[in-house]
Amino acid sequence: MEAILDFIGTHKEVFYFVILSIFVGVEVIGKVPTVLHTPLMSGANAIHGVVIVGAIIVMLDTEMSNIPSLALGFLAVVLGTLNVVGGFVVTDRMLEMFKKKK
Amino acid sequence: MIQNILEISYLIASVTFIMGLRMMSNPKTARKGNLVAAAGMAIAIAGTIFLYENGSGYTSREGLKMALIFAAILVGTVIGWMTAKKVQMTKMPELVSMFNGMGGACAALIGLMEFHHNVGNTGPQMAVVLGMIIGSVSFSGSIVAFLKLNGTMNKPVRLPSYNIINTFIMIAVLAYGAFMIFSGTDSSVLLYLLFALALFYGVMFVIPIGGADMPVVISLLNSFTGLAAAFGGFLYDNKVMLTGGILVGSAGTLLTIVMCKAMNRPLSNVIFGAFGASGATAVAGSSVQGSIKDINVNDAAVLMNYSKKVIIVPGYGLAVAQAQHVIHELETLLEERGVEVKYAIHPVAGRMPGHMNVLLAESNVDYGKLVEMEEINPEFATTDVVLVVGANDVVNPAAKNDPSSPIYGMPILDVENATHILVNKRSMNAGYAGIENELFYNPKTSMVFGDAKDVLTKLVSELKAM
Repeated sequence: MEAILDFIGTHKEVFYFVILSIFVGVEVIGKVPTVLHTPLMSGANAIHGVVIVGAIIVMLDTEMSNIPSLALGFLAVVLGTLNVVGGFVVTDRMLEMFKKKK
Repeated sequence: MIQNILEISYLIASVTFIMGLRMMSNPKTARKGNLVAAAGMAIAIAGTIFLYENGSGYTSREGLKMALIFAAILVGTVIGWMTAKKVQMTKMPELVSMFNGMGGACAALIGLMEFHHNVGNTGPQMAVVLGMIIGSVSFSGSIVAFLKLNGTMNKPVRLPSYNIINTFIMIAVLAYGAFMIFSGTDSSVLLYLLFALALFYGVMFVIPIGGADMPVVISLLNSFTGLAAAFGGFLYDNKVMLTGGILVGSAGTLLTIVMCKAMNRPLSNVIFGAFGASGATAVAGSSVQGSIKDINVNDAAVLMNYSKKVIIVPGYGLAVAQAQHVIHELETLLEERGVEVKYAIHPVAGRMPGHMNVLLAESNVDYGKLVEMEEINPEFATTDVVLVVGANDVVNPAAKNDPSSPIYGMPILDVENATHILVNKRSMNAGYAGIENELFYNPKTSMVFGDAKDVLTKLVSELKAM
């Protein structure tokens, strides 16, 4: 318990940050018309690919001698990149179709 | 100095994510919004690769390591780019699910690797374990969702009293996770067991849910992955992972709720199974009485040619048959002959909200002709012909008048108010929800059996001959 409270205390900025971000997320999405729901879901999908930053950090912090960790890190970076690149390209393809119209 | 530059690049990336999402809420700026967010992502990734420094001096950039990182990014980019470019429009939902699963797996792997660095460090270890659990659930859940949409696994699999079993597994996963955090154990075996259990829970979570509900599930899993990314941000005190993750987490949750609203079902119903056992018996119980009326393509063409107003109701069948271009041709031909043509878009037509819009936009159908359900429903009464192409559950009157039906309460398109109803289907098989549709037995309804593309192509050539 003590540890958890300590953690919250030392990271209080992060908690503020998280709560404000939740509101921003809801506000920003709240205005999206139904027609754009699929592209939006896909775009949001690409954005959580930011988890790749974590995968890169893991790799940078791993010693070269730790082969299993490097292998896992490699795999994580591949998967993260798939999420980012695939996500953005698919979204772009969907939205390309809307663009011609107006 | 360098660290400040990195922080600024993260700040820029965070702002682009917010702006990108905002721009995506308007059809005019949507595409640019996506590119803005993508540019921000590139900045964040490049910044991390070249500038990141761990305070305790672990960080190293040996040539081989950098080569590995770039190789991984290259592999991911090539595969991701190719798949995303090649895939057909009908396969979009599956693909989003698949990419979502990749992100979840990435988060899970980070958890697996970071666990040993944080043993005995309760706060960070919470972020590690929770990120790993959520990432794993999101990964295995997305793969099941992918297989379901794919048709590989199209029947919901339900163990007896699966809700109790699932709740039990969930509690077990959480209790196990708490044990891993607080006991200070550093056992790899226990860690991988937890990983396996979380993966198993993901499968069990999605497997009982019917295919028709997959969009909601994907959206939910999408916000899960966002959450997993945010836990990563927590762990590394990395602001861009936090913003990106939380934004997607909250946006995804909101989107999930919006989708549920469109189907008039609370989220708990989707997860804990309104389509469950009671639904199955109802199907068997209420067998629909009446006879089916067939119509040939020629008569259908005549009927449409001499009407004033035609409303087209597209469904997943249109997407499967890739008939979006032919239907646009049909629409143009009818318009040339002075027939008013509109498309009625049910919020959950297809396999994702907005699926039909994307599909029809591909074939250059005028944006203004796509009318949403609430707006078009009063218009059916003044419509001569409704052409239902490959849609089923979204026009099933059982949603209104059969309380025992599993889709009871879902708002539907009131097509039965029109003078004539033409239904194009491949066969008399039930729709995605697996239930009978009494609309087909309505005396006003005529069925045109066949693949949507074939039938529509014939309709077009008949019309041209007239």
